[in-house]
Formats: sequence, C-alpha cells, structure tokens
Amino acid sequence: MSDLLPYPPLDPTTYDLIIVGTGVPSSILAAGASSSGSSVLHLDPNPFYGSHFASLSLPDLTSFLNSNSLSPPPSNTHDFLSVDLVNRSLYSSVEISTFEPETLEQHSRTFNIDLCGPRAVFCADESINLMLKSGSNSYVEFKSVDASFVGDSSGELRNVPDSRGAIFKDKGLTLLEKNQLMKFFKLVQTHLASSSTEHDETAVKVMSEEDMESPFVEFLSKMRLPQKIKSIILYGIAMLDHDQDNTEETCEHVLKTKEGIDRLALYITSISRFSNAHGALMYPMYGQGELPQAFCRRAAVKGCVYVLRMPVTALLLDKASVRLASGQEIFSQKLVMDPCVNIGLESLSSLTDQQKETLRVLVPKETSSKEKIARGICIIRGSVKAEISNALVVFPPKSLFPEQLTAVRVLQLGSGLAVCPPDMHALYLSTVCGDDNQGKTAVLSAISTLIRPQVPEDLQTDSIAENDTAVTKPVVIWRALYVQELVKGEFGGEISSTSSPDGNLNYNEIVESAMKLYEQLMGNKELFKEETENTAEEDDGDGVEIED
Amino acid sequence: MELEIINQTPIKPAAFSINCTKQPLSLSLSLSLSLSLSLESRCYVTLADQKFESHTLAYLTFVSYHRRNMHGRPRKAYKPEEEAASAAKAAKLRGLQSQFMANHHNKIYTKEAVDLSTKLLEINPEAYTAWNYRKLAVEDKLSGIESDPDLVKTILDEELRVVESALKQNFKSYGAWHHRKWVLSKGNSSVGNELRLLDNFQKLDTRNFHAWNYRRFVVELTKRSEQDELEYTDDMIGSDFSNYSAWHNRSVLLSSLLARKADGFLPNKKIPDEYKLVQNAIFTDEDDQSGWFYHLWLLDQTVNVETPLLTSSWPSHSSRISLYAGCSKGSFSKLTTFGSESGSFPLVLYFDQAVGGVSSSTVTIDSELKGNEDLVWEPVSKKNSQVSCVWVARLKYISSEPCFGKEYKVKVRVGNSPGIVSSRGCNFSASYEFVFTAHVHDTVEESSQDGIVSWKDGFDIWDAESKDLNALATLDRSNAQMDSKWRQEAIAEEIDLFRELPDSKIGKLTLARLLMAKAMISDDAVKGVHYNEILELYKDLMALDSSHYQYYKDEHSVALLRKVTSSTEDLSGHLFRCRNMNNSVCLRLNNLSLSRIASVEKLLFVQMLDLSHNELHSTEGLEAMQLLSCLNLSHNRIRSFSSLDSLRHLKQLRVLDVSHNHIGEHSVDTTRYLCSSPLSNSEWPQDEVGSQMPSLVTKYWDAYFVLRDLNLKQLDITGNVIAGDEFSSFVLQVAPKLVWLDGKKLEI
Repeated sequence: MSDLLPYPPLDPTTYDLIIVGTGVPSSILAAGASSSGSSVLHLDPNPFYGSHFASLSLPDLTSFLNSNSLSPPPSNTHDFLSVDLVNRSLYSSVEISTFEPETLEQHSRTFNIDLCGPRAVFCADESINLMLKSGSNSYVEFKSVDASFVGDSSGELRNVPDSRGAIFKDKGLTLLEKNQLMKFFKLVQTHLASSSTEHDETAVKVMSEEDMESPFVEFLSKMRLPQKIKSIILYGIAMLDHDQDNTEETCEHVLKTKEGIDRLALYITSISRFSNAHGALMYPMYGQGELPQAFCRRAAVKGCVYVLRMPVTALLLDKASVRLASGQEIFSQKLVMDPCVNIGLESLSSLTDQQKETLRVLVPKETSSKEKIARGICIIRGSVKAEISNALVVFPPKSLFPEQLTAVRVLQLGSGLAVCPPDMHALYLSTVCGDDNQGKTAVLSAISTLIRPQVPEDLQTDSIAENDTAVTKPVVIWRALYVQELVKGEFGGEISSTSSPDGNLNYNEIVESAMKLYEQLMGNKELFKEETENTAEEDDGDGVEIED
Repeated sequence: MELEIINQTPIKPAAFSINCTKQPLSLSLSLSLSLSLSLESRCYVTLADQKFESHTLAYLTFVSYHRRNMHGRPRKAYKPEEEAASAAKAAKLRGLQSQFMANHHNKIYTKEAVDLSTKLLEINPEAYTAWNYRKLAVEDKLSGIESDPDLVKTILDEELRVVESALKQNFKSYGAWHHRKWVLSKGNSSVGNELRLLDNFQKLDTRNFHAWNYRRFVVELTKRSEQDELEYTDDMIGSDFSNYSAWHNRSVLLSSLLARKADGFLPNKKIPDEYKLVQNAIFTDEDDQSGWFYHLWLLDQTVNVETPLLTSSWPSHSSRISLYAGCSKGSFSKLTTFGSESGSFPLVLYFDQAVGGVSSSTVTIDSELKGNEDLVWEPVSKKNSQVSCVWVARLKYISSEPCFGKEYKVKVRVGNSPGIVSSRGCNFSASYEFVFTAHVHDTVEESSQDGIVSWKDGFDIWDAESKDLNALATLDRSNAQMDSKWRQEAIAEEIDLFRELPDSKIGKLTLARLLMAKAMISDDAVKGVHYNEILELYKDLMALDSSHYQYYKDEHSVALLRKVTSSTEDLSGHLFRCRNMNNSVCLRLNNLSLSRIASVEKLLFVQMLDLSHNELHSTEGLEAMQLLSCLNLSHNRIRSFSSLDSLRHLKQLRVLDVSHNHIGEHSVDTTRYLCSSPLSNSEWPQDEVGSQMPSLVTKYWDAYFVLRDLNLKQLDITGNVIAGDEFSSFVLQVAPKLVWLDGKKLEI
C-alpha cells in the first residue's frame, strides 16, 4: 500500500453523491447537487478537469487520445461483492502527424486544444442560461465567433447571411435572394412572436399545424427559397448534420419544420442576446475546457470535494461504496459514472442477473450499429479566410464530394482566444459518421479544401516560402484525426452515467440530458434554484463577459 | 426669503422634468415639460440660441415618441421604492435650485456658487437657466483674466467636463448640447475629443439627432472633409441600415460633394453606386423606410437638374401667330390666333422650377413691334412672391403707328445676361433663343361680343394637320441636358429591378415614380407604353391602400395629363374648335376623373378649356394658361372661391362655369385665423364695392377677391350651396361687366 501514500485519505468518507469524471454534464450535476445542499465527491482519474471535454496541450492531448483501455490493476481483495471497473477509450483510428516539431516545441505551452471540438456556444444556449443561473459565468470569459461561412469543394467560402445587417452587407446574394431570405426570417420572427402569446386566441397563426409537422426542407421549398439559401439555412444556421434533401434514405434524420423553427429561434435570439457580442456564436477564452472547470469551481465553492488523478477501481455492491485507486472505500447511495467506465469483463461474468440490472449502465453494450463522430484537429499557420480569425465553416452534405452523407463543420480559432500562439490557428473539424473510414474521408476532404496540400517530407523545410501559387491557403503544422464513440447518459437508479461529447456544435443536448438526470437523481429540486442574484444582470445583457 | 424666491423663479419645471424622466409616459407630462422649457428659453433669449425655441416643438414629439418606445426598447415599469427615490431627489433638487437662483439673481460667480450650478446640472441637465448662468460666469471669469491662454483653457475645459457629465445623465438635453457649442465657439477645445465624445453618444443611440446635429457643427468648425464624413455614414449604415439619420446626412454630404464636383464625385459615376447601396437596404428589408427615403432622394438627383431650364414658351419657337385688334370674328385656319382689346399679347415663359430675376435685362426682345423696349415681366404666382415658374410680359402690337397687315419677326433671348436664378440659388446658365412670327391683321371688328358661350355644341373635331401641333411642342429638355445618358441608364436599371420586387405598395409606387421619371427624360416614341403602366400601378395602389387614396389619385391625374399631352396624336383627340368663339382652340378634358392639373406647360396655347365632370379641388396650375378665355369647371369638387385664386392671373378669362361644385357647403373655418376674414385686416385696400356693401363683402370675401380681379362676361354658379339671390346681387356688384349669369342675360 505504500506506493499509494501520495493520496491523503479522504475525510469524510460518506457522501450523498459520488461523481466520477469531470466532463460538462458531470460538472453541472456536481455544481447543481452541491448548490442544493447535497454533499458531493467529484473524482477524476485524469490529472486535469474536463474528461472528454477538456482543453489540453498537444502532448497531453496526444497521450489522452492514445491511452487505450487504461485499466487499473485488478483489486487484490477478491471478495465476490466487489466489481472491478475499467476505463475504456472512446477513441478509435487515432492518427497524429507532426510536420514542424521544432515550432511546436517552441510554443508548447501556448496551446489549449479541445478534445470535443469543433464546439461553440450560441449566446441563447441553455448552457449559458445555466452558467448565469449557477453563477459559474464569473469564471469564464467569452469572445464572439466573428463569421460563419458555407463552403464547397471549390474552396470558396460564402458568408452565412444570418441577420438583417449581414444580409444587407452580403455580396454573394442577389437582391431578390436577399429579399426572399429576409422575408423568411421575418415570417419566422412573426411566428415566434405570435406563438409566445399563444394564450391569445385571436392571434393569427402564421404557420399552420400542418406546416409545422412537415419536413423543414419541404417547408423551405414551399417558401420558394432557392437551393443556395435552403442549404445556408439547413446547415449554416440550423446546424443539421444529415442530408435533408435525400429524405427517403435517411428518413430518421429528417427534421420537422417545428424543430427547424426552434433552431432558427435559437439562432435569432442568440444574435440579439448580448449587446457586445457580434454574432450568434461565442467561444470561451482558453478553450472549451473552461466550461466544465467553471461548473466545478462553482461546485467547490458550494462544498463539493474534488480529487483528481483518482480512478475508481471497484464497486462494493453490498456496502454501497466505491473503492478508490488509493484503496480507500467511500460510501454513497448514488453514483454517477463517466461514460468511459465499464465493468471489467472478469467481474461481469460472475454477476447475477439482478446485480447486472443494478449495474446496467456500466455493462458494456454492443456498439456496432451506433453512430460515431469523426474529429480532426489541425494547427495551421495562416487563416482559412483572410482577415478573419475566429470563424465557423460548414460543408453541407454532398458539397465536398458526391458521396458525402453528412455535413462537416469546421471551427477556426485564433490566438485571441488564447488557444494557440500568434499567427497560428487551431482548426477543428467533425462529422457524424457510420464508420471510421467514412468519417475520416469527409474530414480529410474538408481539410484538403481549406489547407495547402502537404509537401513531401524532404522538401518540407524550405518549401513554405517558395510555394507561391497556394500561398493564400494556410499550411498545416500539426494534425490529429480520431473517431469518437457516442455514449448517451443513462439513469440507472443507484448507478447512473453521463453522456460523452456529442456531434453537435453546442451543448444543448448534453445539458438537457444532464438536467434530466439531475431531476431523476435529486427528485424535483430545480437546478440552481436559489442562485438568483445573477438573473437580474442577465436581463441587461451583461451577465456573460464577452470581450469585444 | 425662501418663499419669495420660489414665487419668483421657475422651480417647478426643473423638479418636474426630473419626474418626467422617471415616470411612465403621459403626453401631458412631456407637453408641460417642453412648455416649461420654452418659457425658460424665452426668458433668457438674449443668451439662448434663437433656434432653441423652434426646436421645442420637435422636442415635444420627440419626447413623447422616445418615452414610449426608445427605438424599440421596452420601457420598464417603476417600482415604489424607485418612485420614493425620485421624490427624494426632487426635494433635494428643489433646495439646490433655490440656492442657485439666489446666486443667479445676485450675480455671484464665486467658485462655490459655480460649483453649486455644476451640482444642479449634473442632476438635472434640463435646467436651462443654470446653463445661462454658467455662460455669464464664464464671461465674468474670462474678462477678469484677460488673455492668459492657459487659464482660458482651464476654464473652458471645466465647462466641457460639466457638459459631458450632464450629457451622461441625459444625452438629449438641449441645454447641455447648446452650452457645449457655446464653449467651442469661444475657440478653445481639442477637437479630437469632440469626435470621440460623439462616437460614444452615437454608439449609445445611433439615431440621436442631437449628436448628429452637433457632429455637423463640429465638422464645420474643424473643417473635417466631407469625404471623411461620408465614410463615417458608410460605417453607420453598415452597422444598421435603418439609421435614417445616417442616410440623411449622407444625402446632405453627397449633395454638397456633387454640387462642387469634388474629386471622384461626378453624378454619372457616383449616383449609380448609391443606387446599388440603397438597393441592398431596400431589398433586404422593404418594410424599412430609411432606404426608400434615400431612394426617392436619389431619383430626384437623377431626374432633376439643378440649373433651371426653360421648358416652354408662348408663342413657341418658329411659330406664326395671328394678331387681331379686338375680339375678331371670322374663321381662321391657323391655330395660334389671338385678339385682344388691349392691343397687346402675352409672352409666356415657363421654367422647370421657380426662378426669379426675369426682367428686360435678362430677357431681350428683338422685334420691329414698337413700344416694347422696356417690357415689364411679371411672375405668375401668389402675391408678393418674386419667384415663379411662369413669367409673363405683354407685348404691344397696336401702337400709335399703324402697323397692320405686316409680319413681324420677334426674337427672344432668355438668359442673355446673368440674373435668372432659381429659388435654390442656381443660375440659368444655358441662354436660349427663340424666334416667332407675328402677323398683325388690320380687320378691326366690333369689340363687343355678347353671345352666350355654350359648352354643349358648336364644336368641331380638330382637323388640323399635326404639323400645326408640332409648332406647339415644348422645348426639348434634352437639348440642355447633355449628360442624360447615364440618367436614362440608371433609371432603366432601377425599373428592371423593381419590376422584380414582389408586390408591395411602396414597390409599386416606386416603380410608378421611376416610370414617370423615365418618361420625363426619354424620347417621345416610347412614352405611351409607360403611361399606361403608370396608370395601372396607381389604380392598383388606390385599391390597395385607401388611406393614401387622394395622393395616388392626384398622381394618377398627373400621369393621365402627361399621357394626353405626350404626343400630338394623343392631344389632338382632345382638341376641338369652337365655332361660336371664332373657332378658338378648345381642349376638352372632361370626364377623366382628374383631381389635379398638370402638364400645363404644354397647353399654353389653349383658349377654351373644358374640365367639367372631374374631381378637381383647385385650379392651381391654370394660371400659366394666359390665353385662356373660357373655362368650364362644372361638376367638380371646388369647395370655395379661394380654390379658384389662381384664375386671378388670367387676364383674358371671360367665361367661367363653376356650376355644380361644393362652393359654400363648408364654411371656411375662420377660427384658425386671428381675424374673421382677411378683410378685417386694414392693410387690404378698400374699393368701391367694399365700401358700398361691407357686410356682403365680409360674408363672401373669398368670392370677392377672385371675382374682383377677373373680367368675366359669363358666369355659371348654379348647383352650389352659395348660389342664391343674395349672392347673385353681390356678384353683379363685384363683376360689373358680367352679361350672362347662370345662363340668363342680365338686364343692364
């Protein structure tokens, strides 16, 4: 036991709730439960906050992506009520290429690279509401994402005309297209205004029930919007992943008008929410990893106990306790686990059916049919669009190559956000995919559209300055490609689990499932109920700190 | 002591204005606020800018608008504790105010006293008296220190600081902005600061008109270039294209830059660019007014030329006119025949905009007709106005020397020497010369012609060849307007574009205006098609938008008249000869539901005009038709004789039919005037009739003014409320030469 001495023993040893993993949903739960007066122990096997939502330096990121099934040694004391836990990796097909190691070495301390990118938040997102409600907003500073573009295989990036002013200034749309698009936005706004006063029966319904149930893409056609604009709305504003035009093949992914309007509403309200924000999207300074940390800090203020580098090695079923890597046993009736924690195969075989039922959220599941998310990270010198640092680029389905099934989203972030050194940008890419190859093909295709092709290794050192023809495109310094498994959080009574990062741009689905889990765990207690001192601030639009 | 001061000084308004800013809007509140302001401004008018008073009305509407809805920002309700705080503030202010007023009255300008006013103004920037007090205090200090630049700077900087903090309290305070101007006019400030301050205020509310006004002031003071300011409007419009203030400032700046032909600001290059800019605003949000206003301004810039032009004349260029002594009988084949008892004929000049300075020196006449050396040019316009579109001079053709049976060439040169200036101050530059021939006949017929003129029969269809009508054609505008190509192109592009804009009222209206503009500046051949489209558009608009019906109706009338006068073919369909009237030229525009008169410049030759069965409210425009002798206005919507005022200029008018109108139906609302009728104003010269029957003149003063100046032989007034025995007897007095009244021959 002497090698475990670095861990001081925990005191107290009994908690209302133990949470393992410090991802966004776990952190929200920890902050929520602590705020409502529960005693919470929040553990993370990693030496950093955020789990799969963390922002890391390049070496840390590389080692995290490559850490395969980091299973702690099986427990020594094999009494049959102890169930061994293993950490498995959510990542596959990890592929990391370094093109300029010296440059990276030189700036090694200045990278804060997201594991779950590309990710940004809408100003009107539920995650922002929660931050304001909980008070964790005081720990994070945001900056606006300057621009959104829709791209295609030609490499041309078209502005997403997402507001009145943007439509006015847009140079790519014809006057008639501007007119049609603005009319559509107005229709949506009128609809939203009328539906917010729904109790008024005299209010004229702008959109019929029938329309609301129809596929969104059909509704857009009915509004006589040209294909170009439809594509902008579907993928550049509503942020859809799946091809909406090919409704027969993928009918499970077809968005209804009602949902489409909700997504537009989120976008529209985001634009006008904070007076000092430029657009709908914003990004936290120092990376997405700041968000889980902010909730954790809030939780710590409210009395939550934090221990990092502390894996849970086993569950002790009869004692309602867990055994930590330090060997200490901690007691709690409720346990929330990170999505990567599973029951070790050895232990699994010896469980009774009833025990399996109790532990169901930790039983490894068949993952063959599941959707995955292919992600890419490029550290580039230069920018994909001149004079713009922070930008979102969306490649709608079929825009890169005919077989492209899902949209590829690309988020470029600059040194202004303190995520990379000056003159460089971090470029995040992702696409939802059925298998690793399909996803990586799409991501690579987007990379090759935006970035200068790699030069052979032997020419690498002196080619950069000479290659005049493609000098406007940025050059890649470092690249990572990986495919991440999607795990949904589950409520399982005593033992529950949280979600892995999903394929969306924002955290809405993750926050939603975290809020639901909180309700199930804590009864009907409202999340961050008593934290009202910040809501008044929110009305004035200054609740979230956004740097100009 | 304190009570005394309260009674003397306007303390209440000051405290009141605090309440106003804190309480929810009620119109009466803001009304009394601005009233109190205007009272104060009058009290201290010696120091206050004169403009201040004229602003108060604008302020009234502005306040009520802003209190209700600050550019779309919802107003918050006030909580009880806030109201209590406001009451406490008012009480504190009252104390401050009374102390301050004591200082003011005793002319105490010590540091403590001035600091007190600072405190007062920082709480209530609306206290105009305090600003004036500070002005006095500054003057006092400045006079004491002579000319030590450092000290002057310190004093003025302090004033600027106080203004700035007052503006932070209320950036719509007139007093504060004015005080700042006053300080700057003292000549000491760093101007960079002013623009920075403005940027802040304009960020706060981009349409803050105080800031825009002040900006123009600072720009003028610092001689900042108009190009820089234009770029600033670029930015402001870019960030919010609904910013009407920015568009407006842009139009002002561009007007100036275009007028002085600044580098890169040629109309043919710049205006098409501006169309592109405003198109983006209009097409992005067609419900936003700002862009449309700017578009209208651009259209005006495209169509109208600054320099005044001669549009038409009578007699027209290369025409032949026949002149007779007296009202001659007999049949004439020539179109342009004129006879008059006075032995002179009118020479009419019609300009495209009101001009002044038409005189025998600016317009020279070269002819053998004697006695026309010093012609008197009169503007055909309202009394006392020295500018007009229409100018008339009377040329004598019967002088002491017999000159019958001769042809005289008359050469008229307009703008020979400079002096003809438009009301906007532009010179008539392109001098223009025209020549006509006057044939003076010697057949002197008996001058009295007492037969009744009937509008029903005795008319022959116009059979003259169109050649005759060509002589009537107006001067070709495009002669003078050398750079019309880009204008035509710009308008043609706009027309194509707005045809595509899906149905919206303003879109239709703009298309109609554009088509009208195109018709005005393009060749004759294509006009007809446009007019039909314009007429259809206005018909649609009348049906779509009933609240602006009359406007569309008027525009429809204008378009219809333009169409009628656009070609000789169109016009000849409406032209007749009146057999009973020496085959006079009669234009019949009856039953066209006209509500407004237009295109008069093309109808200067008309001697008989039938406008019956229309919807006219007024005869405005007809004053240019100097040859008109018979006018039929029956079955229209004339409501009073005042609406016929323009007829007073028609010296040839003998026959007038205003039967079946609405004259007398609505009495003129004299409560609007300070006196019951203009006659009670002693300045009006009394004549015989006025002194004979003062009561009737007072009752029918509007008829009196018109009929007195006319020389009518025949009048029809039946079918009006005013008609009756009393009125008839009055008419006989006022118009002694009348022979026919309501179809009956008068016994003389």
